[in-house]
Amino acid sequence: MRFLLKTSYEQDLRLFRDAVQRNWYIALGLALLVLPALVPTYLVDISLVFIYGLCGVSLMVLAGYTGLVSLGHAAFLGIGAYAHVYFVQDLGLPWVISVALAAAVTAGAGVLVGLPALRMTGVYLSIATLAFALIIQEVLTRWERVTHGLKGRPVDKPVIFGVSLAHDAAFYFLCLAALIGGLWLTANLLRAPTGRAWVAIRDSEIAAQSMGVNRARYKTLAFAYSAALMGVAGALFAHKVGFLAPDIFSVLLSIQFLLMVVVGGLGSLHGALFGAAFVALLPVLISEARDRVPAWAGQVVALAGKDAGAAAFLGVDRFVKQPGLEPGLFGLILVLFILFEPLGVYGRWRKVQLYFSTFPLYKRATFRRQKTYMRSERLR
Amino acid sequence: MLQLLLNGLAVGCIYGLVALGFVLIYKATELVNFAQGDLMMLGAFTCYMFVVWYGAGYWLAFVLAVVTVALFGAALDSAVLRRVLGQPQFAVVMLTIGLGAIFRSFASIVWGSEIYTLPTPFSARATRIAGVTISHEYISIIAGTVILCAALYAFFTFTRVGVAMQAASQNQLAAYYMGIPVKRMFSLIWAISAGVAAIAGILLAPVSLIDINLGFLGLKAFAAAVLGGFGSIPGALAGGVTIGLIELFSGAYLPQGVKDVAAYVVLLVVLAIRPQGMFGTIARKKV
Amino acid sequence: MTLLEAEQLSMNFGGIRALDGVSFEVNSGEVFTIIGPNGAGKTTIFNLISRIYEPTRGRLAFCGRDLLRVPAHDIAALGIARTFQNIELFEHASVLQNLLLGRHAHARGRFVEELLFLPRARAREVAHREAVERVIDFLDLQAHRDSLVVNLPYGVRKVVEMGRALCTEPRLLLLDEPSSGLSVEETEDMAFWIQDIRTVLGITVLMVEHDMSLVSAVSDRVLALDYGRVLTVGTTREVQAHPDVVKAYLGA
Repeated sequence: MRFLLKTSYEQDLRLFRDAVQRNWYIALGLALLVLPALVPTYLVDISLVFIYGLCGVSLMVLAGYTGLVSLGHAAFLGIGAYAHVYFVQDLGLPWVISVALAAAVTAGAGVLVGLPALRMTGVYLSIATLAFALIIQEVLTRWERVTHGLKGRPVDKPVIFGVSLAHDAAFYFLCLAALIGGLWLTANLLRAPTGRAWVAIRDSEIAAQSMGVNRARYKTLAFAYSAALMGVAGALFAHKVGFLAPDIFSVLLSIQFLLMVVVGGLGSLHGALFGAAFVALLPVLISEARDRVPAWAGQVVALAGKDAGAAAFLGVDRFVKQPGLEPGLFGLILVLFILFEPLGVYGRWRKVQLYFSTFPLYKRATFRRQKTYMRSERLR
Repeated sequence: MLQLLLNGLAVGCIYGLVALGFVLIYKATELVNFAQGDLMMLGAFTCYMFVVWYGAGYWLAFVLAVVTVALFGAALDSAVLRRVLGQPQFAVVMLTIGLGAIFRSFASIVWGSEIYTLPTPFSARATRIAGVTISHEYISIIAGTVILCAALYAFFTFTRVGVAMQAASQNQLAAYYMGIPVKRMFSLIWAISAGVAAIAGILLAPVSLIDINLGFLGLKAFAAAVLGGFGSIPGALAGGVTIGLIELFSGAYLPQGVKDVAAYVVLLVVLAIRPQGMFGTIARKKV
Repeated sequence: MTLLEAEQLSMNFGGIRALDGVSFEVNSGEVFTIIGPNGAGKTTIFNLISRIYEPTRGRLAFCGRDLLRVPAHDIAALGIARTFQNIELFEHASVLQNLLLGRHAHARGRFVEELLFLPRARAREVAHREAVERVIDFLDLQAHRDSLVVNLPYGVRKVVEMGRALCTEPRLLLLDEPSSGLSVEETEDMAFWIQDIRTVLGITVLMVEHDMSLVSAVSDRVLALDYGRVLTVGTTREVQAHPDVVKAYLGA
């Protein structure tokens, strides 16, 4: 186990705990730089991981840190995506300005939801965001002049300062840069009074208020900031999918975003990224599995007999090709995580880390939540 | 006009019934069950299965489907939801959302993603009263709702189990000390709530069609429950009827598209102005 | 000098009258304690001062300023900090973060500065940290600096909550039952701290308390409350001997 010698207060303000951790992150960064050369076929999928990462960070700020659970985050993504495409393709604005404007528009929408949300708590707020998302989806469908309605609208490849980023690798780096930028800004806020005020509101509104936190201001700010991140993610998402239609930004997508923060682990930026990777890559895994699992099953059962093997192949094949399977699988994973690993992947990761760093002295009780309250301990 | 009123009333009754399911569970266990709409969908499909696949009569299928779904609700409670009692509300909400997704998937695997119609004794029949054509389907919905509400009211007020259930939902610990089997009560509440959802699904089936996305109607029922103040049973019904009427009238008199979102707009406005709903009271945290 | 002045405070909850024309003054530099049976309206007074409730009638002034015109989140900046009866800490944050939040009333940062974590934001953070470390030293909380509040025993939480209030650098500290849930020894420690807060830090203390040994050890003046009315004000001894107080506690 490593011990840290702290010698200045600045040390606690650094983004990385110590040199070892910083080096790990640098290594990770280098790995991501060379990744395009290694797996060129999966670049688009990994770009989606980055975009979802941004979405995960956005929802983590709102749900994980401020405690405002939004069931309609896909609506912000949609607003960002449509706004960006409208600014770039219909108004002909430069890309960077368009993204900034899209973020501003989404932040405005965030404030719009945030203001009535000030008086609501818990489930009521979630329901309100859900209603908001459904209304936005309808608006996207009906406002044909801008959104082209159900016909959908194609999206061009991004062109930044005259440089076309049509190539997958270029887009990969664009998304990576956006994610790192978003992470940096968010980490900054979280180590500053703003982040503390958010956490305070999450854990006890009444105490936060008595300590001088203006609840209205910080809740609205959380909504606006979270929505702005979502707006940027939306702009990138528009380029990634290449074709916008209102039904992309459905309740199901919102639920996938929530799945990210739950699977990753509430209240940590790492968790948001783990969750994003999970949600973005799961469909890839599923489609791979669709191609292979029936054959495996067929081969295994074929040991018992040729006909049975063929029947098993057909049966399993028919089963895995069901269109309704994927959301169900997402649902199942969600249920299992909440029942058995409420701290998410990041929580599990921390446990494994602690296990090895304290080996062989790991105590299982370390992470067990304390239930007894009345236990006094003499302070000396 | 009168026609519209009646149709709105019928649709509202369905919302009210689903909302009733929300409220029953919320009152008892403080869980918000986002899978309520999907339970309704399961009810409609189960009834369809008994009628069309196994050739059961409508009434038999009705009873069988309600019992099946109710048992399923009880099983759900004892197998899954009991584990998360007392956990943060967020976790529970996510859990039921996940369950809803599983139910939809299950339905699409078992019954396929086609759209079905449920043949009933009321289908395509109508009575003319005072110049207004009233289809029997709508009458069946309204009558069913009234009967069900009366039955539920009688159950909660006059039977020992019903009173015990009320006690369990008002003060878990005290109820436990009084020898009420709180856990079994919760399972029973889930069974009733699931059963009510199934009835709503079956009543709705002849009017709307059955498909796996029937459950999304639950979102509108949500609006009804909130409008009525989440913890109030008459409130849920009143909220449902209000939403139903608003929806049909806005469909008739306002531009296209408004009908689909009317329920949500009302919901947002109510939440912003009076977060505790029409009938509810909001509890303030004591410090 | 009068620091806090309450005049004819009344508070109704529906039909229940929690406070009925309560008037008192807290002088600068004293420890003023409110006692009374359960439901007498003690905590209600605190909730009125921290502006969680709106009084039905009456006036509240702090340093001559009308408190009822100040929004709840500006009370801390005026110099009033409080603790809660059942501890309202930010449970899933570390002790350090809890104490740093106590500095929020002094956080004068711009959003953009924090977003980019400019040198000015960094310098302010270090300054806050120094202030917090002074409180940590004062209350002997060094060992718990980085632990999460959920993992702390009740007694320590009580101290942390008091520390958070001290971090706001208040002129008036409201302590809501500082000894509830503490052992006898911890209560003694609490008495020393309250005395130190008054003499060393020069902070006026307004306290609600049941434990008469703590009350008599630290209070300069005591106010006895019953059914929302003031029974008497005086030194601990005077109040304890007052016939109305005896009646309120022991019954007629």
